[in-house]
Amino acid sequence: MDHSVLAQTGNNQTRNEQAMADQHPIGVYLKVWILLFVLSSFSYMVDYFDFQGIVRWTLIIIFMLLKAGFIVAIFMHVMWERMALISAILAPPTVLLVLIGLMSSEANYTFGTRIDHLGQPEAAVRIHVSDVHAGEAAAEH
Amino acid sequence: MTDHSLQKTGHLQSVVQDWSDQKQAFHVPWGKLMMWIFLISDTFIFSCFLVGYMNVRMTTTDPWPYPSEVFALTLFGKNIPLILIAIMTFILITSSGTMALAVRYSHFRDKKKIAMFMFCTAALGASFVGMQAFEWTKLIGEGVRPWSNPFGAPQFGSVFFMVTGFHGLHVSIGVLYLSIVASKVLKGDYDRKNNYDIIEIAGLYWHFVDLVWVFIFAFFYLW
Repeated sequence: MDHSVLAQTGNNQTRNEQAMADQHPIGVYLKVWILLFVLSSFSYMVDYFDFQGIVRWTLIIIFMLLKAGFIVAIFMHVMWERMALISAILAPPTVLLVLIGLMSSEANYTFGTRIDHLGQPEAAVRIHVSDVHAGEAAAEH
Repeated sequence: MTDHSLQKTGHLQSVVQDWSDQKQAFHVPWGKLMMWIFLISDTFIFSCFLVGYMNVRMTTTDPWPYPSEVFALTLFGKNIPLILIAIMTFILITSSGTMALAVRYSHFRDKKKIAMFMFCTAALGASFVGMQAFEWTKLIGEGVRPWSNPFGAPQFGSVFFMVTGFHGLHVSIGVLYLSIVASKVLKGDYDRKNNYDIIEIAGLYWHFVDLVWVFIFAFFYLW
């Protein structure tokens, strides 16, 4: 928007706002809102019903990406922006995939050297919170 | 906000058209563009935290604690896994919804409704921070520290305090920001400027805080 023009004709802005209001009916926000609630419940259910392994990770990622997508596209209005702004917003974060790739390959290497030089600790079994509390209770007696 | 005087063209052509102009490339108010640039830089900060978390979780030879059990609460005599975090998630989503409505009413310049929905959003945000303070207190009481914890890998504590602390700081700043803007709406400051863009700009910040929580929830609490 050209601001010098805008300053002269303030009504211009009001007209644009009216156009925007027509463009985003209230129903869209309410529907996305409900959808986000449902998706959050689904991700919570993944934990509640204790899915494990590849099923758990796939479901978590799917629900996460859907939620993130709806927030960015609808709530943050990216869907209605021009392509120049959309690409300026979405293109830079994609380089993070390179960082994730590099760091995970580095992490695998670090883990390998730790196992080689320090050995796998005997107590590498995950600890349940109830066991910790039971241990505390036993120590008190 | 789209400039409707611009030609409607295909996406690729519109990029060429915008970048080959000898004027501005992004046809949005400058404040909104600046907020987007800030949010992109913030994306990188949170990404560094989350990638750092991935790295320590992959490299530790100690067992990782079960977040589902660590963040369980006993309600009505039953032990419910991860319930506090689920409630916090719903609160933050609700606050994003009320913020979206405030932005919508800013297009009609409906001052009472804008302020009402923004104060709602700020109140929900404040309750989120309150619950986070409760969560921190509970975990510190159980012996979780940035350098050790009774439930497994010591890195769990450092990641927890770092990531949720930084996110909580964002929520707190957002609560302040929204309250200030909402009271300025009521005072009629934006009528005098004949410009209500700031509601949408503040909205972007708030939705971003919600967006970051989506990733923290998935990777830290559910993984």
